[in-house]
Amino acid sequence: MTDQKEKNMMIEVEGLNFFYGQTQALNDISLDIYKNEIFALIGPSGCGKSTFLRVLNRMNDLIPKTSVQGTVRIAGQDIYDPNVDVVELRKSVGMVFQKPNPFPISIFDNVAYGPKANGIKNKKKLMEIVEESLRQAALWDEVKDRLHENAMGLSGGQQQRLCIARVMAVKPEIILMDEPTSALDPLATFKVEELMNDLRKDYTVVIVTHNMEQAARISDKTAFFLDGSVIETNDTDELFLNPKEQQTEDYITGKFG
Amino acid sequence: MLDVKPNHLIRVQRNQRVAFTLLSLAAAFTVVILLAILFYILSQGLSVISMEFLLEEPRSMGAEGGVFPAIVGTVYLVAIIILIAAPIGVGTAIFLNEYISDGPLKKTLRFATELLAGIPSIIFGMFGFIFFVIVLGDYTGGWSILSGGLTGVIMILPIIIRASEEALRSVPNDLKEGSLALGTTRWYTIKKVVLPLAIPGITTSIILAIGRVIGETAAFLLTLGGSLLLATSIFDGGRTLALHLYLVAMETGNTDMAFGAGAVLVILILIINFAAEALFKLLVRRFSA
Ligand SMILES: Nc1ncnc2c1ncn2[C@@H]1O[C@H](COP(=O)(O)OP(=O)(O)O)[C@@H](O)[C@H]1O
Ligand SMILES: [Mg+2]
Repeated sequence: MTDQKEKNMMIEVEGLNFFYGQTQALNDISLDIYKNEIFALIGPSGCGKSTFLRVLNRMNDLIPKTSVQGTVRIAGQDIYDPNVDVVELRKSVGMVFQKPNPFPISIFDNVAYGPKANGIKNKKKLMEIVEESLRQAALWDEVKDRLHENAMGLSGGQQQRLCIARVMAVKPEIILMDEPTSALDPLATFKVEELMNDLRKDYTVVIVTHNMEQAARISDKTAFFLDGSVIETNDTDELFLNPKEQQTEDYITGKFG
Repeated sequence: MLDVKPNHLIRVQRNQRVAFTLLSLAAAFTVVILLAILFYILSQGLSVISMEFLLEEPRSMGAEGGVFPAIVGTVYLVAIIILIAAPIGVGTAIFLNEYISDGPLKKTLRFATELLAGIPSIIFGMFGFIFFVIVLGDYTGGWSILSGGLTGVIMILPIIIRASEEALRSVPNDLKEGSLALGTTRWYTIKKVVLPLAIPGITTSIILAIGRVIGETAAFLLTLGGSLLLATSIFDGGRTLALHLYLVAMETGNTDMAFGAGAVLVILILIINFAAEALFKLLVRRFSA
């Protein structure tokens, strides 16, 4: 059992501290995330959820004067090891942002962007990848007749699914999502959530959400963050039904946040 | 909630109307002045322009003959300056904006460009004269298109750097992050996301720079040498149309010929601007494909 677990371990965080300059934003975080799990991060605004997510694909490297302590292993590899190629890391750890951020180019070119960057030039191959990714992101039927129109003409929900397709086209193992539905209307949110259920088959998903019902609906496990620390981690149903910590209970019953 | 003061509202509306009227007058004034100058120069100059005027060498110091060497000199100089300054300027802007984070190096480079941008062109002329014409004279040919070109490069670099930086800064960060998060390199992201969006601004900066070169006299007076002969290589001396206009007016007092050169200058500026615009539209299409 333990061996099986070890093998299925996807993300292993141990004693993680994170600093913006002198300010500590994450405090001694340890978390294990398994393969094909949908792992939700909840907690009030400013508690460090986005910071944590951006540690996992080293997006925080882009912010000057930040520093990381502790270890983060993905598929057994310490991602902060100096020998790690960040570009390669980000190919296997994709990210969907809070605000849909399609490139102002055609729908096709958005999805083909990553594969092209990886040197795939063959038109037929690209078309295959684009179609497959758009199907996976449940967007194909809506856009198949206008692949060469500008992506900015899509609705917010379509744009977000396009961004998901864009990530899938790179064939990552992990997809990080930072409040992917917070800028969407309920119907678009519903579509993205529906899609999330299918993602489980092929990907490990870490999703930050502001919305506790959403976490309850879609995730297998949930971690509750507060002031840069993880207060409690558990199976999602357990965490919402029987929170072990008072702070978790206060948060999920809406006493603060 | 309903006690809106009608007097107050009326005043606001009146102010609005006054402001609008004044601003449109200012705009109209600008346009009228501009058109008047254009019209005056062209009306004085166009009668001088003929095939001979455009294609012949000047005689008697430019009081007779044509302006062909000055046209060639101008085009030559603009080409050499832009070919050198655009890559360096845009490259510096990319380096400043995309690669290094805030710190002493960035501060120093920014300060240096600000400083350079504020220096009067005659100072660049002096520097170019001493450094390129005299010190490096063996390599630059002394007074030459090359000496003038290098002087011009230093003069317009700050314009290109500042405006390109502005254009690069306006590219939304979330697009850059979106690209990098897909596992692309910084350079790929710059090429595919940042530059296509920044190119209109960069184009504007280059057009501004071209305008500055075409209109400049002080810096080139001391570095081009003002030769009336047709330049055949970058090591030959030469003159630009603006310089020609100045020298003809000063040396021969023949204002008709000077106006002729002025009219050609204006037309050349229009042509170069349109050409640059078209070229960069093409570039944008190429980049974003
Ligand atoms: N770029 C940054 N520079 C400095 N401080 C930051 C930066 N981004 C976030 N922070 C701070 O780190 C803390 C955690 O922020 P964040 O991870 O965005 O929280 P959450 O996503 O849970 O709302 C907050 O106090 C925030 O102000
Ligand atoms: Mg956040």
